[in-house]
Amino acid sequence: MSRKLSYREAMREAMHEALTNDPRVFLMGEDVGMYGGTYAFSKGFLAEFGPERIRDTPLSELGFVGAGIGAALGGMRPIVEVMTVNFSLLALDQIVNSAATFRHMSGGQFSVPLVIRMTTGAGRQLAAQHSHSLEGWYAHIPGIKVLAPATIEDARGMLAPALRDPDPVVIFEHAALFNMEGELPDDWSVDISSAKVRRAGKDVAIITHGGSLPKALAAAETLAAEGISAEVVDLRVLRLLDTATIAASVAKCHRAVVVDEGWRTGSLAAEVMARIMENAFFELDAPVARVCSEEVPIPYARHLEEAALPQPEKIVAAVQEMLG
Amino acid sequence: MTDHHAAAPPAGPVPWKKDFALKLLADMVRIRRMEEKAAEMYGAGKIRGFLHLYIGEEATAVGALHALSPEDNIVATYREHGHALVRGMDMGAIMAEMYGKREGCAHGRGGSMHLFDKATRLFGGNAIVGGGLPLAVGLGLAGKMQKEQRITACFFGDGAVAEGAFHESLNLAALWKLPVLFCCENNLFGMGTAIERAESQTDLCVKAASYNMPALKVDGMDIVAVHEVTKQAAQRVRAGEGPLFVEYQTYRFRAHSMFDAELYRQKAEVEEWKTRGPIHTFSARLKAGDKLTEEEFLALDASANAEVDAAVAFAEAGTWEPLEDLLKDVHTPAENAP
Repeated sequence: MSRKLSYREAMREAMHEALTNDPRVFLMGEDVGMYGGTYAFSKGFLAEFGPERIRDTPLSELGFVGAGIGAALGGMRPIVEVMTVNFSLLALDQIVNSAATFRHMSGGQFSVPLVIRMTTGAGRQLAAQHSHSLEGWYAHIPGIKVLAPATIEDARGMLAPALRDPDPVVIFEHAALFNMEGELPDDWSVDISSAKVRRAGKDVAIITHGGSLPKALAAAETLAAEGISAEVVDLRVLRLLDTATIAASVAKCHRAVVVDEGWRTGSLAAEVMARIMENAFFELDAPVARVCSEEVPIPYARHLEEAALPQPEKIVAAVQEMLG
Repeated sequence: MTDHHAAAPPAGPVPWKKDFALKLLADMVRIRRMEEKAAEMYGAGKIRGFLHLYIGEEATAVGALHALSPEDNIVATYREHGHALVRGMDMGAIMAEMYGKREGCAHGRGGSMHLFDKATRLFGGNAIVGGGLPLAVGLGLAGKMQKEQRITACFFGDGAVAEGAFHESLNLAALWKLPVLFCCENNLFGMGTAIERAESQTDLCVKAASYNMPALKVDGMDIVAVHEVTKQAAQRVRAGEGPLFVEYQTYRFRAHSMFDAELYRQKAEVEEWKTRGPIHTFSARLKAGDKLTEEEFLALDASANAEVDAAVAFAEAGTWEPLEDLLKDVHTPAENAP
């Protein structure tokens, strides 16, 4: 028996479960309480768990993310919600200079068991200060783990292992996925260490994550109608990257296209391509290609925004060009 | 060039029992001797990187930390050798960390600026100015949510007051009535920039008070005043009255770090402030009150020097963390999960 639910409901259930099962868990962020969560992920939580554990914060990203780190050091298991990845830049100092360093800098004395959740990505005409995809930056930092749930199962299941993890975990939730609905099987279980093949194929590996996963799957469907069998790999975990699954898919398909909503230059896509070079170069029948966002601050107007982002048509075109 | 005139040296009777007074005097001397040796070892190339000496400011850490409980949390800055030592860390582990040795408190991962000690609840050694304040808010929040008796004391300099982290942290702590004691060590300079060249409002208590918390000013060169004010402040915070801000007005006698040519202040100003030096003024007050003899001072100084010699020998004999352990402690091994 499976049941149908949305990405939003899945994430809400995951948080509800965590708050119910562990008194050390609390949720903190802008408008998580009275407002019910910017994206309604925590609707009803304030009444159920109270203002101590569903803690509305002022607009102080540096302050409340740092407070989350301190609370984790002090024995709690905070879930800190940052409204968008763009706003997380105000807290970057605390994430990079404190959360990621303390374990190492203290010689193993202090761990920071903190979960930071934030919305990422474009597609809602919110322009250049609410639409960026900076998860690749975070994936650069040793000392943190970076997750990108892109399925109902992962939205439901990734939070619990993230909270069990003794180190800081940053979860990127792509805004375009929130209303997505899907079946959650009864026997679901997820890890926070592996990439997953979401569609098996043999001609080309499309490697992606987050909000680009549905686009990659749509592209694979189009390609199938043309007789091209595309495999779709969902990275899921952006740090530490599961190189083995990437390399295995390339070894099977001998061609790869990396799809990443981050900008091309210095992107996570570039890192995936480098790992393919390092681990599967002699398996390749063609140079690896990538479909990334255009190098422009994400514009407001719908046609411009759409043109700036990876789209199924661009992915299909990249595969067709590769296959000649 | 700026001019910060020093007030008259701290004076007057010391209202403490002799044992306690001598303990605090000894701690100031221990810090002074340890740091003088650290500077010497820096010159000898044994200690590298940045080394920020606390010399001149000892009364603040010693007076304040002796007003706290061993269960309290401490958050400190990159000028934290004294805090670490007074808190109870082994001088050998501190010196070995400065040397970068495996026997250091962080196995050479942190160095002088990042002394951590779980046993004494010292949460670093933070070298981002203002970086410790949000952490202290979170530690305070954790303490309050778990209904603990402990409070969190957060040390930072006047330079941090210009950072956004200061304002966000004081606001959160006051808003949520958290048990945090904000200890501002105002030594009048953020590196080479004098406070009046950095702050539109140089009365730091005015800033803190604007966040609706009590703000106290104390002569940071006067260990008696530091201790008594901190004791009262800590009691109020522990009683659940919410956070409190204390400004310790102090002065650093040495350069900002070992790279600093001190072009930004006059030698005469430093000399003037040395007349307020916390060790000799406190010693004189104790002697005047028949609570210290010269022999007793020489004995505690000799004891500090012996401790320093032992710490240096420990650091010298230390080993280097093996390169195969380079990547250790980036993540927490599952078996050590908190």
